[in-house]
Amino acid sequence: MRFREKVYVFFTALAVLIIVGLLFYIIFDIVKNGIRVISWEFISQPPREGMTKGGIFPALYGTLLRTLLMLIFVVPVGVFTAVYLNEYGSGKNFSKWIRLAINNLASIPSIVFGLFGLGFFVLFLRLGAGLLSSALTVGLLTLPLVVVSTEEALKAVPNSYREAGFALGATKWQVIRMIVLPQALPGILTGAILSVGRGMGEVAPILFTGVAYYLPYLPSSVFDQFMDLGYHIYIMTTQSFNVELTKPIQYGSTLVLLILTFSLNIIAILIRSKMRRGRLG
Amino acid sequence: MNNIKISVKNLNIYYGNFLALKDITLDIPEKSITAIIGPSGCGKSTFLRALNRMNELLPNVRTEGKVLLDGQNIYEPNIDLVTLRRKVGMVFQRPNPFPKSIFENVAFGLRIQGIKDKEQIEEIVELSLRRAALWDEVKNKLHKSALELSGGQQQRLCIARVLAVQPEVILMDEPASALDPIATLRIEDLMRELKEEYTIVIVTHNMQQAARVSDFTAFFLTDENRAGMLIEYGNTSEIFTMPRDPRTEGYITGRYG
Repeated sequence: MRFREKVYVFFTALAVLIIVGLLFYIIFDIVKNGIRVISWEFISQPPREGMTKGGIFPALYGTLLRTLLMLIFVVPVGVFTAVYLNEYGSGKNFSKWIRLAINNLASIPSIVFGLFGLGFFVLFLRLGAGLLSSALTVGLLTLPLVVVSTEEALKAVPNSYREAGFALGATKWQVIRMIVLPQALPGILTGAILSVGRGMGEVAPILFTGVAYYLPYLPSSVFDQFMDLGYHIYIMTTQSFNVELTKPIQYGSTLVLLILTFSLNIIAILIRSKMRRGRLG
Repeated sequence: MNNIKISVKNLNIYYGNFLALKDITLDIPEKSITAIIGPSGCGKSTFLRALNRMNELLPNVRTEGKVLLDGQNIYEPNIDLVTLRRKVGMVFQRPNPFPKSIFENVAFGLRIQGIKDKEQIEEIVELSLRRAALWDEVKNKLHKSALELSGGQQQRLCIARVLAVQPEVILMDEPASALDPIATLRIEDLMRELKEEYTIVIVTHNMQQAARVSDFTAFFLTDENRAGMLIEYGNTSEIFTMPRDPRTEGYITGRYG
C-alpha cells in the first residue's frame, strides 16, 4: 500500500474509533451507575421525600402515554400525506411545495415546536396544557420521519404491481389499499418506530404544553398534565435542591429511557425482518 | 372471417408533442389471435395499451381516433375504465404476480369486484388455474407465495389472474420474452386453447412466434419521424409467405429490425 493510502485508512479508522469509543463510554457510564438503582420498586413507585427517593413510575407512565397518543396522530396523518404525495400528486407543483415544507419541518429546532404547541394547541385550540397538546406537538416534530420513510417505502413498490392491478379493473384506491400499502408496511412500521424513538426522548416540545415538575396523581384524561422521563432527568440535574442526592435517580431514569428506546428499536427491527421473511416477497 | 371484436379507426397517439402512433386503422376479429410485429420502438406496445386505455397511466399521453369494442368507442367520456379493463385483460412482458399467495393472486380480480362468497371464489380460482394449465402444478401449494414459482409458471399465473375476471379480450405484451423456450411453447399452446373463447392480441418481436400462433398479423414500422405506422395487415400465412409490401418482406426475411 502506498503511504498516502495508509494515511487515509488511518484517519478513517480513527474517526470510527472516536465515535464508537464515545458511544461506548457514555453507555458504559450510564449502565454502570444506573444498574444499581433500577429495581422493581424504582419502576413501579412514585418519587418520595421531595423527589430524592422513591421511583419514577409517574414519569414513565406519562412518557409512554404521550408517545402512544402521538403515534395515534402521527401515523395516519403521515401515511396519508405520503400516499397523496407519491400516488396522487407526484410530479405536481403542489406536491413539491408540500415536500419542501416537510423537509423544512424536520430542520426546525424542537423548542420552536414547543412554542408553536403552546400558541396553537394549548391556547388557540384551547386544548390546555396536557397529554394531548404535548402529544400533538411532538407529533408535528416527528411527522417528517413518518412521511419520508413511508414515501420511500411506497416508491420501492414496483410499478408493475400497480399496472397489474389497474389492468384487472382495480380502482386507484383499491390498488393502494390492497397492493401498495401491504407491500410498504415494513417501511411504514420503520417510520413509526423512528418517530417513537425520536419523540420519546424529546423534552423541548412538551416544556410549555403539558409536562409537570411533580404530580401526586396520574393523569386520568388526555387533557391532564403529566410527568415525563426526559423532563424528569432535566429537573433532577438542574432544579433539584440537592443535585448530588438525586444523582442515582438521574442515572436510573436515563438508563430506563435508554432501555425503552433501544428495546423499542430492537422490537421494531425484529418485527420488520420477520415480516420481510414471512411476507410473500 | 370471424366477427369483428375490436375496430381501430384513425388512431393517433402522442407522448407530449411526439407522435408515437400515426393513423392506425385495423379490425381485430373475435376468437382469434392477432399478432402485432415490428422492430423495437415502432409503437407495438403503445398500440396494445391503447386497447384497454393503459396509456393513460402515463402523464402527457394524448389519444385521437376511435377504438370500437363491440361497436362502442372506448374513448367516449362516459366509458367506465374499471368495466373496460375487466372486459379487456392484459398480460405483461415480465411476469408480475402480486407478492401474495398463488390463490390470492387469482382471487384479486374477484375481491376488487366485492365478491365475498368463499365457495364461489374457490371455484373460480380453480377453474382459472385449470384453464391456464397451471392447476396440476400448484394445487398443493395454493397458499404459497406466487414469487416462488418459475418464470413460466408466474406468467401462466398472470394469465389465470386475467381469466378469473372473465374478460372477452386478452392483450399480451410480449408475454414470453422473459421466458425460456420450453416455457414459451407452453404459453403458446395455452394461447391456442384460449382463442376458442377469447379474442387475443399479442405483441411480439419474435416472428417465429407470430407465425406459429397467430391467425392474423399486423406489421408496424416507424416512418422518418419515428412515428409508428401500420404497414401491412392480413392473414398470418399470407403475410409470411407473400407479403405485399417490400418493407414487410424485408423485415420477415431478416433484412432489418
